Amino acid sequence: MKVNIKVNGVAYERDVEPRTLLAYFLREACALTGTHVGCDTSSCGCCVVVMDGDTAVKSCTMFAVQADGHDILTVEGLAQGGTLHPLQQAFWDKHGLQCGYCTPGMMLTSYALLKHNPDPSEADIREGLAGNLCRCTGYNNIVKAVQQAAEAIRQPAAAGK
Amino acid sequence: MIPAAFDYVRAHSVDDAFAALQNHGADARVLAGGQSLIPAMRFRLARPAVLVDINSAKDLDYITLDGALTIGATARDASVERAPWIGNRPWSLLHDVSRVVADPVVRQMATIVGSLCHNDPSGDWTTAALAARAEVQVRGAGGTRWVKIDDFLVDSFATAVAEGEMALAARFPVPDDRTAGSYQKVERKVGDFATAAAAVQVALNADGSVRAAGIALSAAGPCAVRVDEAERLLVGQKPSADAIRAAADAASRRSEPQGDLRGTVEYKKHLAGVLVARGLRQSLARLGVQA
Repeated sequence: MKVNIKVNGVAYERDVEPRTLLAYFLREACALTGTHVGCDTSSCGCCVVVMDGDTAVKSCTMFAVQADGHDILTVEGLAQGGTLHPLQQAFWDKHGLQCGYCTPGMMLTSYALLKHNPDPSEADIREGLAGNLCRCTGYNNIVKAVQQAAEAIRQPAAAGK
Repeated sequence: MIPAAFDYVRAHSVDDAFAALQNHGADARVLAGGQSLIPAMRFRLARPAVLVDINSAKDLDYITLDGALTIGATARDASVERAPWIGNRPWSLLHDVSRVVADPVVRQMATIVGSLCHNDPSGDWTTAALAARAEVQVRGAGGTRWVKIDDFLVDSFATAVAEGEMALAARFPVPDDRTAGSYQKVERKVGDFATAAAAVQVALNADGSVRAAGIALSAAGPCAVRVDEAERLLVGQKPSADAIRAAADAASRRSEPQGDLRGTVEYKKHLAGVLVARGLRQSLARLGVQA
């Protein structure tokens, strides 16, 4: 089946089997391997991408045909013109990653969270990330990173390092 | 695992979806949020030959609150969680449930009506729907009908939706100002199935006696179960520690869980009583009543 999915602003027209999962479409049909597959059973959140600007979805639990005609944002689409997205900068500054495997999912879940709640409390962030697992257990710095990113997105000029 | 191959039909309206289901009969399944169906297909526990995707059916994507709360088949859990009225006391049962189903990312795709149709024995929405006395709208060859949730939930993973039919919406009565509820869930970790869970909704009369009670258990039988004995014990009574204990004991007796890695039968039966007692105390506390 023909699908046309806009990924990070670029239209990808591909012929896919209906059973192709979005995570594999991104990795194999679009060669965008920043979207990681962890548990493959919708438990770990490594594969989270953002659909239509504000909805975080586990791409291992959605068929590519469901994304036909929709906009998908992956980790590759966060940085703009060589400038890191505030979330990426904050994960760097706050050491929000260790092995890095969960990081794309953490950032994209946080991206959708901040769209709905630009000024989250620490509890809001911890609750919002409850579907994303970090096997390095680096949660404290991930939470600090999301706090920094939230501030940077709210006040782009004032945010310092 | 990759699911078995299937044919994909995109429905752009209820009529579209219904026509496809009538056409394909028992071979077809409806795809809404897919958060239960797709994992089941990946484990090859489900192998539908045809998926009818209703996510493009705009006439199913709604939540309306007037004489009743009506939730269309593609309305997401997250839309209820973020609804402006969800923090109001009468809706406290749905408020609680909307924050503990699966995990926050899954809830951005998952649907309430889909959860009811999936009818997992450990479901959260099914249990809440019993306590809140919801109904489900089903379209069949003979037209559209509303089915009481007690009649809708037939058995594990089985509902009153027959071959070629589809569920269109869920409807919850609007609770009055002297109503509050609570959802109590014990899970080993976020996103796991409930070890045990209890849904409670209590409405009081002006004199403080119980006008109506809804009490249901998850993971306590083939599908969510209503504890009618506990409901009967409470109605007409002034809330008291004794009344709560009696309702909790009734819940323990009614619970028929399966022993598994999450707990033994004895433990889960005990937990059912504990959670009903906690749910009743929290509901009453939300109404300003200590018991």
